[in-house]
Amino acid sequence: MAFENLTDRLQMAMRRVTGKGRLTEKDIDEMMREVRLSLLEADVNFKVVRDFTKEVKAQALGEKILKGLNPGQQVVKIVNDELQKVMGDKAAPLALNMVGITKIMLVGLQGAGKTTTAGKLALFLRKNNNQKPLLVALDVYRPAAVEQLKTLGAQLNVDVFEKGTTHKPEQIIKEAMAYAVDNGNTVVIADTAGRLHVDHSMMDELVRVKDIMKPNEILLTLDAMTGQDAVTVAANFNETLSVTGAILTKLDGDTRGGAALSLRRVTNVPIKLMGMGEKLDQLEVFHPERMASRILGMGDVMTLVDKVTENIDEDDMMGMMEKMMSGKFNYNDYLKQLKMIKRMGSLGGILKLIPGMSKALKNQDIDEKQLVFVEAMISSMTKEERRNPKLIQRSSSRRRRIANGSGRRVADVNRLIQSLDQQTTMMKRMGNMDPQAMQRGGNPLAAMQPQPKKKKGKGKNKRRYPF
Amino acid sequence: MCLGSENGVIHVGFFKNLFTSKAKKLEAEKYKIGMAKTRSNVLSHLKELLDSADRLDDDLFDELEEIFIMADIGVNTVVKIVDHLRDRVGLNDVTTPEDLKEMIIDEMFKLYVKDEIVSSNLDIADDRVNVILFVGVNGVGKTTTIAKVAHEYKSKGKRVLMVAGDTFRAGAINQLGIWAERVGADFFKKEEGSDPSSVMYDAISYAKEHDIDLILCDTAGRLQNKKNLMKELEKIHKVIGREIDGAPHETLLVIDATTGQNGLSQAKIFDDVTNISGIVLTKLDGTAKGGIVLAIRDEMGIPIKYVGLGEKLTDLEHFDIEEYIYGMFEGIF
Repeated sequence: MAFENLTDRLQMAMRRVTGKGRLTEKDIDEMMREVRLSLLEADVNFKVVRDFTKEVKAQALGEKILKGLNPGQQVVKIVNDELQKVMGDKAAPLALNMVGITKIMLVGLQGAGKTTTAGKLALFLRKNNNQKPLLVALDVYRPAAVEQLKTLGAQLNVDVFEKGTTHKPEQIIKEAMAYAVDNGNTVVIADTAGRLHVDHSMMDELVRVKDIMKPNEILLTLDAMTGQDAVTVAANFNETLSVTGAILTKLDGDTRGGAALSLRRVTNVPIKLMGMGEKLDQLEVFHPERMASRILGMGDVMTLVDKVTENIDEDDMMGMMEKMMSGKFNYNDYLKQLKMIKRMGSLGGILKLIPGMSKALKNQDIDEKQLVFVEAMISSMTKEERRNPKLIQRSSSRRRRIANGSGRRVADVNRLIQSLDQQTTMMKRMGNMDPQAMQRGGNPLAAMQPQPKKKKGKGKNKRRYPF
Repeated sequence: MCLGSENGVIHVGFFKNLFTSKAKKLEAEKYKIGMAKTRSNVLSHLKELLDSADRLDDDLFDELEEIFIMADIGVNTVVKIVDHLRDRVGLNDVTTPEDLKEMIIDEMFKLYVKDEIVSSNLDIADDRVNVILFVGVNGVGKTTTIAKVAHEYKSKGKRVLMVAGDTFRAGAINQLGIWAERVGADFFKKEEGSDPSSVMYDAISYAKEHDIDLILCDTAGRLQNKKNLMKELEKIHKVIGREIDGAPHETLLVIDATTGQNGLSQAKIFDDVTNISGIVLTKLDGTAKGGIVLAIRDEMGIPIKYVGLGEKLTDLEHFDIEEYIYGMFEGIF
């Protein structure tokens, strides 16, 4: 069966290679094949894929493999970086006139969702930009298209200009522009009929409408489920009309939306908005940086791989691991560990990256605020106390002082002590390479749980694992 | 159905024989016109490739793979076709690109026909009220397709009822109503926002009272990952089955030819809910090939019943794999 995402694919391809440490060109070629198939499955145009994998390969060959990542993850990171480069890193806003009327023309194939999007866009501009929109019904061909726009206008309480289906779109837009001035509208949204990009007479009609309307924005409305043909469609519309942006519709479906990448690559126009549902308020600003991981089919994990590589000093990490496993783990290390986690951002997400952790943590809410509290408590310890955890464990007055100093309760300090203790135990077990014991062991994040937990039967536990 | 290969042995000249009948060729012309852009844009590349290649090497197979991908034939299916081709080239000692052409066509046929008798006729009987349910994601052309099917059966002398089951999208009821008027079919609707299952229920009573032969049920477009909307569809399907034994006699999934790999997901989930009996491939008059339907046939066994080749009422053709492949590959030979 098909693999859900690129990580899975690469992991399969790299099973033999893991442990090798260095990748040969052949290994990379093999991975590039997986990258290629993954992108093709996401509907990225094959030509775009070809250029793209070439670039990624060049990158992968040049880069040294980071210690913290396996080769598969590393390639995923490179692919993601390149994808983001193509998609752009910022949301592109609509060009709205500060003075005078902003004119927007929606174009696209039949069934892309222009009429619904026109309604959504009117609402979007009224709500977010305080505009007074006018919807103009230029689809005089599809039965009841005018009716549809009128109904949307009535639902939204937005003005609609229509002349039925007996007038030419050129005539209608001319009258609509005059009407907008009289009526005090600040933005005019023209809903044109869907048409095939190869239908010359229909495309000419759009050119004539454009010449009359002189729109600030010509937005190509594209179905996110479009396959290989997205390139042809986008290129043709762009050549004929010089579109200024695109709206990707039906992104609330389960498509991976590789068409977005093709569109970007071929036309270089920004995708400005995306349709996220059938309700009229479900039009959102398009965030290109989020699209990369969707195309790869891997959610936020991609970003996390990214963060891990950016923010962790590998040697630091290794030193920490060694220390943990030896059981000599004190509050300085604890703090360092916390800071690492904090730098990486979402704690829950990071933990999921650690093999075996995602299952264990599935139902646990980790309150990131608790990190701050823990940090405060450790900061209230003396240097000596941080180095030697036993000092605090033995003295209740030290614990009281730390609690006062950090503005927490003594119970919180106790919880921290317990957590360090558990973590040391767990790490010792991890050193012994017994994953089962690790699962049953203490929760390293106990101190970060918002709710104090019942004490676990530590003594009993210890007896079960006498080593 | 006669096939060009038995036990992996190819009969050279099969494809040429296929189109010797004049009637067949004329019929195929329509596909040719509809898919003109398809061929010139994409598959002429295949001709170039095969004409210029002097050896059948890995590069050639890689390029073949890309050409099939370009037609939106699903990735898995493409890999399968190309693997078969490689095997057969090895087995049969084929060395020239010319022989490979025959083999490509042959593989496509085999892939579609699967040693079964595939018919694009609908299960419509004279002695009962027939029901066809049309389903699909938003914007694929369900309403227009219904009008075309209604037109076909009206011309065959059937009394056809078009049911406005899309009570959600603004203007959808009207759109179907206008078509019904143009076609001269009966039309059943309730007000916008009605429960679509109740529309079907009442429409069936209407059909029984008015001696209707064929009920064509429109439904609102829905993305297949919307749980509630799929539940709604399940209910529609159930209500129809409860009112008329064995109905719906056909449940047709309408797919836009521009659809990429998502077509597979659409087929799978809609099939789970409504038991799809066939595919209607619309908008084949553009540059898209709609190859994903071959993947759907390959992976799920669902046949294609119709193709939409334009906006006119008569622009709907019963699917014929020979014509489809002819439309795709004619320029190559």
